[in-house]
Amino acid sequence: MDRRQFLKTSGLALAATTTGTISAPFVARAQSGPIRIGLMAPLSGVVAAGGREIVEGFNMYWQEKGKSVAGRAIEIIEEDDAGNPDTALQKARRLVEQAKVDFLFGNLLANTGLAVANYVKTNGVPYFIPVIAADDLTQRDRVRNVIRVAGYTASQMPRPLADWALKQGYKRIATIAQDYSFGHEQCAGFAQVFTQGGGQIVGQLWNPLNTADFSPYIGQLANMNVDAIFAMELGADATRFLKQYSDFGLKGNIPLLGAQNFTDQSVIRTMGPECEGIISSAHFAEGSDNPDTQKFVKAYSEKYGKLPSLYGFSHYSGAMWVGQVIEKLNGDISNRDAFIDAVLNSQLANSPLGRPVRFDEFGNPVYDVYIRKVQKNADGKYWNVPIETYPNVSQFWTYKPEEYLKSPPFSRDYQGIKK
Amino acid sequence: MSGLNLIQILNGLTFAALLFIVASGFTLIFGLLRIVNLAHGALYLFGGYIAYSVTGMTGNFALGVLSSMLCVALMGVVLDLGLLRFVRGFELRQVLLTLGVAFVLNDLALVIWGGDTFSMPVPEMLRGAVRVGGGFYPKYRLFVLVLGLVVFLALWLLLNRTRLGALIRAGVDDAEMVEAMGINIRRVFLATFMLGASLAGLGGAVGGAFLTLYPTADAEILVFSLAVVIIGGRGSLVGAAVGALLVGLLNSIGQVMFPELAYFVIFGPMAAILAFRPLGLFGRAA
Repeated sequence: MDRRQFLKTSGLALAATTTGTISAPFVARAQSGPIRIGLMAPLSGVVAAGGREIVEGFNMYWQEKGKSVAGRAIEIIEEDDAGNPDTALQKARRLVEQAKVDFLFGNLLANTGLAVANYVKTNGVPYFIPVIAADDLTQRDRVRNVIRVAGYTASQMPRPLADWALKQGYKRIATIAQDYSFGHEQCAGFAQVFTQGGGQIVGQLWNPLNTADFSPYIGQLANMNVDAIFAMELGADATRFLKQYSDFGLKGNIPLLGAQNFTDQSVIRTMGPECEGIISSAHFAEGSDNPDTQKFVKAYSEKYGKLPSLYGFSHYSGAMWVGQVIEKLNGDISNRDAFIDAVLNSQLANSPLGRPVRFDEFGNPVYDVYIRKVQKNADGKYWNVPIETYPNVSQFWTYKPEEYLKSPPFSRDYQGIKK
Repeated sequence: MSGLNLIQILNGLTFAALLFIVASGFTLIFGLLRIVNLAHGALYLFGGYIAYSVTGMTGNFALGVLSSMLCVALMGVVLDLGLLRFVRGFELRQVLLTLGVAFVLNDLALVIWGGDTFSMPVPEMLRGAVRVGGGFYPKYRLFVLVLGLVVFLALWLLLNRTRLGALIRAGVDDAEMVEAMGINIRRVFLATFMLGASLAGLGGAVGGAFLTLYPTADAEILVFSLAVVIIGGRGSLVGAAVGALLVGLLNSIGQVMFPELAYFVIFGPMAAILAFRPLGLFGRAA
């Protein structure tokens, strides 16, 4: 054997053994090691209560599955985003770059979600957002690896409510909403459908987040001579608004319609008769008599001692959606593109909604949306009961997506109102 | 837009009454002890939560309010004797310490009561609305207005007609001199701190019924109180009353007439007063 031949063969052998020793365990690990999920939620700050329910709903699903899917263990790494976009971005970086998670999940406030979405746009890490509702994330500024499993766009849910309001014969409506993008978009969804159907938006009030005293707004609403009021508030603002609406004697005199968060369990759980009878629209209603919904509501109440809110429900269902896809892929999510495609082409089955859910072609789910009314249940607690259903409501309502996307995005100044 | 009317003015007045209750405690402590007690908001929130829990358990509104005042006064004692004692005379350290206490109390409240929004239950006779000038007005807010006046009168009498009041006023002007007269100024300090803290507790209990209780409610009320005290001048009861009226009315009128500038309407005038009268409208140089 001459020297050259020796180098060639030994080099090949060496190459074979090194690639063998390095790549074989790597492949094996990708198939059988734990799947690492980075879950971000605001566990401190203003929306900490909602953040905790995100973690509860998310963990509840994986615990039911015994913390393993298709033979692979599920490892969840929780991080507190503090409801702050800078913190959220920093935590997302840490989860991806140091903790090496396979995908990201969660966040509650739109600004935290947008910060993380911007980050994953560059590196392709799948990011699932059950409650980040900013319209353009699945419309004009769509990012393929940012997917709304069991989520929704802000303007999607109030549209059926506007249609319902027209059918009640309401002609003049005033709106009040929190002055930030989630409020602008939900209000616009309502205002657009309501005015196109012949209704009139008499006035629009915008209150800053965390308005201590609603009485100045309520005083104005009382004098507008309207058939009904549409309100979009969440968290403490919603509680305060409902309370003061009733204190000022408007409740019972002017019907009150609300965006889905307005009468969510996270708001009405601590309230009394002030919240009774308020109408809102959403894809989830904890008071639905659907057996799948009731099974979930019962399990959640037993586990956490309270009725599930939208946050808990959405993260339970979101986890379920992704879990079902991982199962279908036999636990192999090493190919990110294939994983994302598989999620986008999948349907959510057996969810607490009691009916399958699919995505539209922009990665936003299509739901049957309930018109809900707050009523007292057998245990004396208030919850949302469906009184009517709008089937197959997409984020584009009845419009053609191509045409809809030509109009400007909703803002405080552009509410889609037909003059 | 409907513009201004009687209801909006009443809204401003009732909000001012609550602000006065909270800010009078703040200004007392600020004026006499020279402590910017940034934990005042946290004491307010804690008081509200305590009142909520006690009222929920006993069904008695008055008992809830009283126990809140008492508990928060005791917290004031602990804060003053247990912590502030060690940084006496160092203004910056005092401020930082109270800020730290505020954070600790906030997290404690989050652990004990969770982050849900609560509203203090109101007794039956204060529920509902009365007719005022062609509109309805909640009875409870009128009650807060009356309570604000009562607190003002009581504090005025205390400060101007009692020995303790005379000592507090003397202490505001020159604490060393009072001590030189053979008075134990430490006791006067402690009494003032308790009084100020209990006013925060009263504010939390009363305000919790219409502003509701939730994490960060403390920071909001603290910012309003600061504005009131800065406008009114530290340590001045009349200043706190005038400041509260200004801030309360500006808040309501601002939200109605200039909704985009809701915060500027309050803090713009505050900045102007700071620029031209750094001691506030009724403040005096120490």
